[in-house]
Amino acid sequence: MAILQVNNLRKGFGDTDVLKGISFSLEQGQVLAIIGSSGGGKSTLLRCLNFLETPDEGEIWVAGKQLLSASEEEIRQNRLHFGLVFQNFNLFPQYSVLENITLAPTLLKQGTAEQIREKAMGLLEKVGLKEKAESYPHQLSGGQQQRVAIARALALNPQILCFDEPTSALDPELTGEVLRVIRGLKNGGNTMIVVTHEMEFARSVADVVMFMADGVIEEMDAPEQVFGDPRSEKTRAFIRGAQEKF
Amino acid sequence: MFTQVTLELLGGFWETIKIFLLTLAFSIPLGLVVCFGSMNKWSPFRRLEAGPLHFLSGWKPIRWLTRTFVWIIRGTPLMLQLIIIFYGPGLMFGLPSMPRMTATIVAFSINYACYFSEIYRGGIESISRGQYEAGQVLGMTKSQIFFRVVLLQVVKRIMAPMSNEIITLVKDTSLARIIGIYEIIWSGEQFIKKGLIWPLFYTGAFYLIFSGALTILFGKLEKKLSYFRG
Ligand SMILES: Nc1ncnc2c1ncn2[C@@H]1O[C@H](COP(=O)(O)OP(=O)(O)OP(=O)(O)O)[C@@H](O)[C@H]1O
Ligand SMILES: [Mg+2]
Repeated sequence: MAILQVNNLRKGFGDTDVLKGISFSLEQGQVLAIIGSSGGGKSTLLRCLNFLETPDEGEIWVAGKQLLSASEEEIRQNRLHFGLVFQNFNLFPQYSVLENITLAPTLLKQGTAEQIREKAMGLLEKVGLKEKAESYPHQLSGGQQQRVAIARALALNPQILCFDEPTSALDPELTGEVLRVIRGLKNGGNTMIVVTHEMEFARSVADVVMFMADGVIEEMDAPEQVFGDPRSEKTRAFIRGAQEKF
Repeated sequence: MFTQVTLELLGGFWETIKIFLLTLAFSIPLGLVVCFGSMNKWSPFRRLEAGPLHFLSGWKPIRWLTRTFVWIIRGTPLMLQLIIIFYGPGLMFGLPSMPRMTATIVAFSINYACYFSEIYRGGIESISRGQYEAGQVLGMTKSQIFFRVVLLQVVKRIMAPMSNEIITLVKDTSLARIIGIYEIIWSGEQFIKKGLIWPLFYTGAFYLIFSGALTILFGKLEKKLSYFRG
């Protein structure tokens, strides 16, 4: 059974249809990379999955259970199935690195203070920032902040971790450290959805690549297929364009 | 003589301090209520969007009422508000008038709550949507996001305008004499009859020391919040 099943998801803002019926499924432990040109609806899809936007239509199933969003409380609970790492980190500036990670588990009473702290320190070790536990976000580089944001998302054990262009706000020399962490998470068996413009990364890490254009899934397949022998003309043009950039 | 003047002025100064402290105690929380009112999104005619009354669909009555009220209070002199609140109930409705100090605190608290509400609103609206969204995806409730994530950042951002406004309040307290509060300037003026001008300068010293102390206090608070940026 798929861990995530999305059926006919639709979302519009005013008169513009942004998602025009998105359906796909993802297996446990798989990494899905979403690529596509600007404005194609990639962020909107991730935001729908994290219930930051309410879809106009469609179903989201996680591990065989449909997520309904009738009440505010239900929406809050639904969000816990997913984690989201933002392009610009969105760390809480007034909290130390460690507090950023422990805040949500503490509010959700996911253990004693000691257990939560220990787990957070473990996560910091995983992202290579154990010695920064007491620092504040503004004292860190962008790459370090993004790694803290990843640890913060992991602290709630989301079943599916989403990334929206996690390296786009970073200087080129800092993208490597973040991508390495994501690669490490894949090896740890995490199910992930990564919206990215890093084609090389998508090709080497993803189990499945989705190419989105104008609110539809133009093509979704194994990376060798999508990058090596794209079926759709749009995909072909996009990938050719992306290769020329480098 | 100096001792006599000092004692007299201290009497007036005590009234000044009372107005100052009570006004702050009421207007700081009341300002938050006004602020939430001015950002309220309730829109009862939302559903009329398509019909002939579509112009009503965007109307947010609570927000509209609050903002109109804030506009009136901020657009008219505090002195006028003081007079109306003290004499108004009696002249308009035949009600017994409030004690002078009560009327003063009511007028000052409403006036300052409106100014504070706008400062709060500016602060709250300046927090990026990403902060709220980060809280949301971490499963926090609305109130947890407000109190645990947003509030301290807002406090830091409004520190400077708040301290300006509060120092203005120190000086505005002198307006209360218009409805007969024996505040410090009035007590200093008593000595003019006796041909003495220096007690008035002396009242100025009280204000300077008071606002100087507040400036130092706010400086300390700002320093305390300087451990983070945001
Ligand atoms: N809140 C909103 N209100 C109105 N329009 C929106 C809103 N959010 C997104 N859109 C529109 O939806 C379309 C898709 O946006 P989205 O951010 O999902 O694209 P994207 O694929 O993530 O693009 P990018 O690669 O630039 O991040 C765009 O045309 C955008 O202008
Ligand atoms: Mg996007």
